Amino acid sequence: MHISNGIIDGPVAAVFAALALAALTFCVLRGRRDLDDRLAPMAGLVAAFIFAVQMLNFPIFTAGVSGHLLGGALAALLVGPWVGALCVAVVLVVQALVFGDGGVAMLGLNITNMALLGTAAAYLLIALLLRVLPRTPTGLGVTAFVSALVSVVVASQGFVLQYWLGGTTDLGGNLAGLAGTMAGVHLLIGIGEGLITATTVVTVAKVRPDLVYALRALKPAVPAPAVPVAGGAR
Amino acid sequence: MGAGHVHVLYRESSSPVHRLPPEVKIAAMVLFTVAVVATPRAAYWAFGGYALLVAAVAALARVGPRWLLGRALIELPFVLFAFALPFFGTGERVDVAGLSLSVDGLHGAWNILAKGTLGVLASLLLAATTTTRDLIVGLDRLRCPQILTQIATFMLRYLDVLVGEARRMRVARMSRGDDPRFLWQLRGFAAGVGALFLRAFERGERVYLAMVSRGYTGRMPAVWQGAGAATAGQWAAAATVPAIAATIAAVALVLT
Repeated sequence: MHISNGIIDGPVAAVFAALALAALTFCVLRGRRDLDDRLAPMAGLVAAFIFAVQMLNFPIFTAGVSGHLLGGALAALLVGPWVGALCVAVVLVVQALVFGDGGVAMLGLNITNMALLGTAAAYLLIALLLRVLPRTPTGLGVTAFVSALVSVVVASQGFVLQYWLGGTTDLGGNLAGLAGTMAGVHLLIGIGEGLITATTVVTVAKVRPDLVYALRALKPAVPAPAVPVAGGAR
Repeated sequence: MGAGHVHVLYRESSSPVHRLPPEVKIAAMVLFTVAVVATPRAAYWAFGGYALLVAAVAALARVGPRWLLGRALIELPFVLFAFALPFFGTGERVDVAGLSLSVDGLHGAWNILAKGTLGVLASLLLAATTTTRDLIVGLDRLRCPQILTQIATFMLRYLDVLVGEARRMRVARMSRGDDPRFLWQLRGFAAGVGALFLRAFERGERVYLAMVSRGYTGRMPAVWQGAGAATAGQWAAAATVPAIAATIAAVALVLT
């Protein structure tokens, strides 16, 4: 999923770099408001977690594309869309600078696909599903699974769009094939991603529900249990 | 765990490249990559020039070619796409060893392989000569927003926490009679992912609170920033690499 140097031509990469920069600036402004004492270490851990799972790469030889887990939905659930997008972006920047995963000149494209598109799609679904589904661990698990699955497929189609705009080699009619292959492969990856996201989030929500951003932000606060003013046995 | 502020790719040395301030190296590396990507793919000689440039920096940094090329294999999954292009490209076709290949696709594959490899080599050189701590300091000095450097700091620190917790949980599983071998340990691992996350978070939270109570405000202490923001001379020295690369790219653009 990481686009390496030379796959997309320079002008398109530059346009997407500008786009990603503008969107990330917005995320920085909004994210500053969210980042408190609880969220700062969480954001770091989410980023580290995503970093670790992105190391698992599944090359698909017949199609010549590779895929891996993205983590956008996990980030959106645990730290919210703004800080979440920043977490994924930080992972991508460090990977490009130090590990050579994905070209540095293609960072704008990679950030647009994985950090922006993936997280945005996931958060929109989370916001919708958490309102519709029952407030049970199952409801949360289903939300996590579906949003992770969809976000991975959406991110993969971002690559197809970029290739259509500025691929360095004209694939002609095979572009539809590329779209199909990417969607199919990422549907499978999305199932894995969905399972990991759901188990992680449900476990965290059971033990420390205060750590799940989506639960804090989207569900109306449960009225605090009445505290006896005086004399109550506590 | 406390020792791990040096990532696996860092090569301890005191070469001139190691001594350059990190912000200079990051800027040089990014500009070099942009120059490479901007080069037209038919200018084969230009890529030879870039390769020589990379080799010169590697020699200066005392990074051996075997280490460099071995680590460069990491890009393989990412450039697999290149090998599919000759088969799926359109237009004029040639026969190579009985296979009908698209000429445009072959050019495309060369383009991706050459630019991808040069980019990977450049980032490996940066990684080999810069510690993670310096990397963050460098990004900070390049005016990267504090929220990003903060996330990056914690990310790199918590990677060690995560790995450490995973190892501890594996030992705990084994000492309770689990027999982890090859793929079968995946099931045990998958079942423990949520627990791993929570344990790592709670350890990380304690670390964070300890930092806050010792005066952490979101930026690393001045001691880190201190010694040696880049001088004009160091900027000039590091600028030679992207300057040469830009010249090659400009000549290639004019010639083709």
